[in-house]
Amino acid sequence: MTDLTQLTIAQARDKLAAGECTAVQLTEAFLKAMEAGRDLNAYITETPEIALQRAQESDARRAKGESLGAMDGIPVAIKDLFCTEGVLTTAGSHILDGFTPAYESTVSANLRAAGAVMLGKANLDEFAMGSANITSYYGPVKNPWKAADGKDLVSGGSSGGSAAAVAGRLAMAATGTDTGGSIRQPASFCGITGLKPTYGRCSRWGTVAFASSLDQAGPMTQTVRDAAIMLGAMVGYDAKDSTSAPVDVPDFEAALTGDIKGLKVGIPAEYKMDGMDPAIAALWDQGIAWLKAQGAEVKDISLPHTQYALPAYYIVAPAEASANLARYDGVRYGLRVPGDSLDDMYMNTRGEGFGEEVKRRILIGTYVLSSGYYDAYYIKAQKVRTLIANDFTKAFEDVDVILTPTAPSAAFALGEKQDDPVAMFLNDVFTVPASLAGLPGISVPAGLSPDGLPLGLQILGRPFDEETVLKVADVLETSADFTRHTGGSA
Amino acid sequence: MAYTIKGETCDWEVVIGLEVHCQVISNAKLFSGASTTYGADPNTQVSTVDAAMPGMLPVINEECVRQAIRTGLGLKAQINTTSVFARKNYFYADLPQGYQISQADKPIVGHGTLTLDFPDGTSRDVGIERLHLEQDAGKSMHDQDPKRSFIDLNRTGVALMEIVSDPDMRSPEDAGAFVRKIRSIVRYLGTCDGNMDQGSMRCDVNVSVRPVGSTELRTRAETKNVNSVRFIMQVIEFEAMRQVALYDNGGQVVQETRLFDSQKVETRSMRSKENAHDYRYFPDPDLLPLVFSDELVEEIRATLPELPDERKARYVGDFGLSPYDADVLVAEKDTAQYFEAVAEGRDQKMAANWVINNLFSVLSERAIGISESPISAQHLGELLDLIADDTISTKIAKEVFEVMLESGEAPAKIVEDKGLKQITDTGAIEAAVDAAIAAGTAQVAQYKGGNEKILGWFVGQVMKATQGKANPGQVNKLLKDKLDD
Repeated sequence: MTDLTQLTIAQARDKLAAGECTAVQLTEAFLKAMEAGRDLNAYITETPEIALQRAQESDARRAKGESLGAMDGIPVAIKDLFCTEGVLTTAGSHILDGFTPAYESTVSANLRAAGAVMLGKANLDEFAMGSANITSYYGPVKNPWKAADGKDLVSGGSSGGSAAAVAGRLAMAATGTDTGGSIRQPASFCGITGLKPTYGRCSRWGTVAFASSLDQAGPMTQTVRDAAIMLGAMVGYDAKDSTSAPVDVPDFEAALTGDIKGLKVGIPAEYKMDGMDPAIAALWDQGIAWLKAQGAEVKDISLPHTQYALPAYYIVAPAEASANLARYDGVRYGLRVPGDSLDDMYMNTRGEGFGEEVKRRILIGTYVLSSGYYDAYYIKAQKVRTLIANDFTKAFEDVDVILTPTAPSAAFALGEKQDDPVAMFLNDVFTVPASLAGLPGISVPAGLSPDGLPLGLQILGRPFDEETVLKVADVLETSADFTRHTGGSA
Repeated sequence: MAYTIKGETCDWEVVIGLEVHCQVISNAKLFSGASTTYGADPNTQVSTVDAAMPGMLPVINEECVRQAIRTGLGLKAQINTTSVFARKNYFYADLPQGYQISQADKPIVGHGTLTLDFPDGTSRDVGIERLHLEQDAGKSMHDQDPKRSFIDLNRTGVALMEIVSDPDMRSPEDAGAFVRKIRSIVRYLGTCDGNMDQGSMRCDVNVSVRPVGSTELRTRAETKNVNSVRFIMQVIEFEAMRQVALYDNGGQVVQETRLFDSQKVETRSMRSKENAHDYRYFPDPDLLPLVFSDELVEEIRATLPELPDERKARYVGDFGLSPYDADVLVAEKDTAQYFEAVAEGRDQKMAANWVINNLFSVLSERAIGISESPISAQHLGELLDLIADDTISTKIAKEVFEVMLESGEAPAKIVEDKGLKQITDTGAIEAAVDAAIAAGTAQVAQYKGGNEKILGWFVGQVMKATQGKANPGQVNKLLKDKLDD
């Protein structure tokens, strides 16, 4: 029998439909792989009982001819930022110790309603703050890919556990969340596909908030087709989220026609940064060539305010986070470290409960919102954000999608850049502008670095035009014919 | 009349601005579906949103928006069809989110005007700076346990309208009239029950003083959460004296937040500016700007009830009431409705007199509201009818009124049971008149001598003989006819 953990969602769907395997078999295969792959630290909480029960329910439905569709019986990891009813939800933080929600996030509930099987809660950077998955209270995630010298590599972040689980075949697919690149960058580092939908496509209800105006859930999968299938089961208007968009849900998979003839692809000059890794530059050129070869028209475009995106992001996101994380005060749930007064209790709880990166961002956010600095930082950053969004609006008058690299480098070694927060922030340089503009973006594994590590290319699209993004990504994926293996260890 | 404080070097006037917090009447909270019923057991009306559980999001309650628009229209204020909710950040145990969702630079209601009417017939306009929507906080209870504080989140997230005045008031009376007028309007509108004793209406009082004639605005002190009109006036009196004394002694008023101690009738510093919160307001990214159409505003405007000012104008213009009587009647919606039920189809001035002079004195003696009146509007109206159709005299009516107060019975029944029906039988009255004239020869002489006042003596005799039941008009007429013969 084939190794069931190697299957894509599309393949598993067909096998399940054909009766060549059962959801329980799929789930058992992954539960076994998870046990064997614990060294990656991809999961914070494994939920084998829930997984098996839901797999059995799926098989029972199918036996009665009541299958719920493509995701029915598909074993997935849920990033531990999504609240899951009755299952420990940590956000990778000490401060949520013992927090077991009485409710299910809309995205994970949608997946469950589509029949998906939850394998467990995937590790992540604490409160989704990080680009290497090294800030989790539950320890760093290891990339299934190893450096040539055998060293452990970071998975990227913040959805590092999700990326590692999918790349290491510890889940068929996973949910991620992306605030400034937290789906796309780890997808690039781990050699998988990661899609950040348009802001408002997925409900944020029940997802622990980092930066509310940027946070967006999305699928992390082995293939573009899988991303299309899984996206369809995650999205939908939700009246419980005021920023959820009342838009129709198309058949995303149907968009994968392979035909991009005449489609206009923009190449932004400003993304060609000084000192760019030549391997990244070469891969980008290769991507351009592939799309041209398939009949796309490639155009040079300008996104003039790109250089201000990262600084603006690192004002807006921490500002929102500083307020969003105020609720973790030790009063009602999670960690409480007692003190002699209310203020002491706050300081003890938050001092002990939050890690360094989270504290850094709360401090930055508090600072930029404080009286006397608000106009110079927050207001200015919001203006920059508008300019960046306008750049894209203008660009999309001429092109249908934009092609860029996903990240400025391949995965780096665990321990590297750890003491240099600014170097760490630079990981998001290509992903942050689209986040600020709320646009859909996907990272597709497109090649290998000279060290044999995966590199992703990013496709950005118009608001709510995930279909075109997926269509181009699919063509790129086919052209790249990326070999899905995990480097030295594979 | 100007309210001034005599200082050592000059006279001072007081400058007052008020922030009135009105709990919005709505079934559910501003951003959650939890109930708003007052007086439930602690922590039984708390949703996961109110408790700020991870991942929970606010969704605006449209009814609260309508109530705010309604109130803004009632204050004759500008309605902003685009407004923005902002987070006001501070830590406190009864504020689960760690921020209050409020409105900062873009409130739902902009500038308006409130006219204050005073008993002496004068009036004064006070500017309304704004009205904004915000969440109420929960309640901390520090007296339940020696070491711990208890938190009740039932009130957390209930919608408040904060109405901010311009610093246009100059006396405790102004401030009292302002709060009473706001309360009157929101009660008319049904947007807030105005029950200050239950905390559904609370007031922050900003006070500064300046030499009479000066136009500067000096440093103000803000006294928080004052919960009765009397206390508000006491705060102003105390603060005015305190601040003048400070200046007289060469000191300065510091900008600070103060608390009112109603036992000692004084304000005390709560926190100074150095310790003041930096609330770090910024637009709430969980909520889109609040946008509604002009049509919605017009739709609400079309359903506005008649408000106190308009009602007063009608009572004065159409009913011929004095402005003072009209003020008294319109101040409370319930009172005005009661009055109108009595006045309907009857002499409105007479109705006003009975309500104000007879009923109100009883209500205030008993310290009860119009809704607890022992006499229904219908019965009072029936009583007036009995006067109007000469069944009883006004004097007898007052007796009947007293009985009604105790028994709650219909006036016609009381009149019937007690045999108080006015004698309109000319024969019977004539007999009594004749008897009085026969018995009062001396008085007849006085009358004939030009002393018309002596007529009262005859009336008294007739009334005595008829136990007060003779129709006074008939008695007068008959007496005159016979005496003038």
